[in-house]
Amino acid sequence: MPDQIPFVDYLVLGDQPHLVANECTTCGARFFDRRNACASCFATEFKKVDVPTEGEVRAFTIVSMAAPGIPVPFVSATIDCQGTSVRANIINCDPTPEAVTLGMKVRLATYVLGDKGGVDAIGFGFEPVS
Amino acid sequence: MASDDVWILGIKMTKFGKYPDKDITDLAADATMAALADGGVTMKDVQLLAYGNLVGGTQGQSLQKQVGQTGIPVYNVANACATGATALRVAYMAIKAGEIDTGLAVGVEKLAGAGLLAGGSRGAEKDEWTPEGRFGAVAPVDGRIGTETMPGVFAQIGMEYGHKYGGTSFELFAKISEKNHAHSTLNPLAAYSKRFTLEQIMGDIMISYPNTRPMCSANCDGAAAAVLVSDAKLKTLSKEQQRRAVKISASILTTDPWEEACQVLPNVNTLTRNAAKQAYEKAGIGPEDLDLVELHDCFATAELVHYDNLMLCEEGGAADFFNSGATWRDGKTPVNVSGGLESKGHPIAATGIANVWEIAHHLRGEAGDRQIEGAKVGLAHVIGLGSACGIHVLEKSGL
Ligand SMILES: [Zn+2]
Repeated sequence: MPDQIPFVDYLVLGDQPHLVANECTTCGARFFDRRNACASCFATEFKKVDVPTEGEVRAFTIVSMAAPGIPVPFVSATIDCQGTSVRANIINCDPTPEAVTLGMKVRLATYVLGDKGGVDAIGFGFEPVS
Repeated sequence: MASDDVWILGIKMTKFGKYPDKDITDLAADATMAALADGGVTMKDVQLLAYGNLVGGTQGQSLQKQVGQTGIPVYNVANACATGATALRVAYMAIKAGEIDTGLAVGVEKLAGAGLLAGGSRGAEKDEWTPEGRFGAVAPVDGRIGTETMPGVFAQIGMEYGHKYGGTSFELFAKISEKNHAHSTLNPLAAYSKRFTLEQIMGDIMISYPNTRPMCSANCDGAAAAVLVSDAKLKTLSKEQQRRAVKISASILTTDPWEEACQVLPNVNTLTRNAAKQAYEKAGIGPEDLDLVELHDCFATAELVHYDNLMLCEEGGAADFFNSGATWRDGKTPVNVSGGLESKGHPIAATGIANVWEIAHHLRGEAGDRQIEGAKVGLAHVIGLGSACGIHVLEKSGL
């Protein structure tokens, strides 16, 4: 099995891939990016917390026109993972309004995004819970 | 007239469209000189210039060099699609502060032929995986972790509203676009003034479901400018200038306060609602008093949510409100009688002043075929992603 690297540093690989957030220890606000301070309460202490891998589609769009090099169509969505919102593509699902619905139950799924120098980059998306 | 009121003395927008033979400064100068003439003043009277040109990156000093260098301060402002409204508010605040009695705000953009804006670019791929940026991403994220394109972001914003309250559909969003394109047929300054049937709109090229091409704001060239004066200054001017002056009853600018999800999918709702509340309170006017509204329909999906955010309808009732016909030009609260950004066009930095011009045009009773009869009060709203929301409430002169 080749070496792997997560597409983003908030994706944790392994037996049970999942996302991690930076949670403000003062107010509980969650963020996925590197932080200077909390946007909600301005505190500067954060801890890593696991984000639930199942959620529901709160908003989506089917992108048919994107920058050159981005394969279309694809589904961009906001997933409500039991109170923590996540931006992701919906994968393993037809990119049609018939197949993707608001409120649809989805779960985290990973895929090989590409290989460079014998290292696979692993991306993530959410797929329908069938 | 109260002593601390601020007035629009002169205001003008160029026709929006394609100007291959004019540069940014030409367009800014056209709008500026027309606004000055409309107000009956010259650059000699102007004590401050607030200038916005978001994409082109030019400065107000280039405009001064063509229309009049008098040594006044220039504030070059940038605030995404709220740039024009921000320029207007800078001039307003300077008058409110008592620093000046006459200020000029200008917004200009050349965007004809521009493709997808913001997020429409994917950076170069490298030879090895190297985590970069605040997410430690080893490759560009646009298209792999959702979309950064504006049509896609605003599509999700409309869909999110539908998920929360129900009542939305592809057809409903398309009907909003149908309304605005129908309105545009009466606006000689719109970039596009062609009526579309619902079938044509729904059958057009899909950009980002549920927004098809005619449901997206049109990239175009254009400029708008406004001359603002203090109440004291207005009193020194002619009765005709006083009669045509339009009162700025509220000028509000907000950003989005932190809420769960706001850094995942932009929340354009809370900051608009906050701005609207402040504007209504400041103006002593309620949404039911508005004779017309120009709101930021950068996409058909956006117009729907702003009915609710501006409190034109009850919370959660935007779909019913639209279906009642309220926002057509013969309805209870006409919205975007100019044709909106979907047909009038959206030269970004000009939009926040052009919207105010549209309202002022009706309040002055000068809107010709598209005049909303007896209009006395109107509201102009813009939103720039990032985010910034600008709202101006305008009232007809009592003279
Ligand atoms: Zn906090």
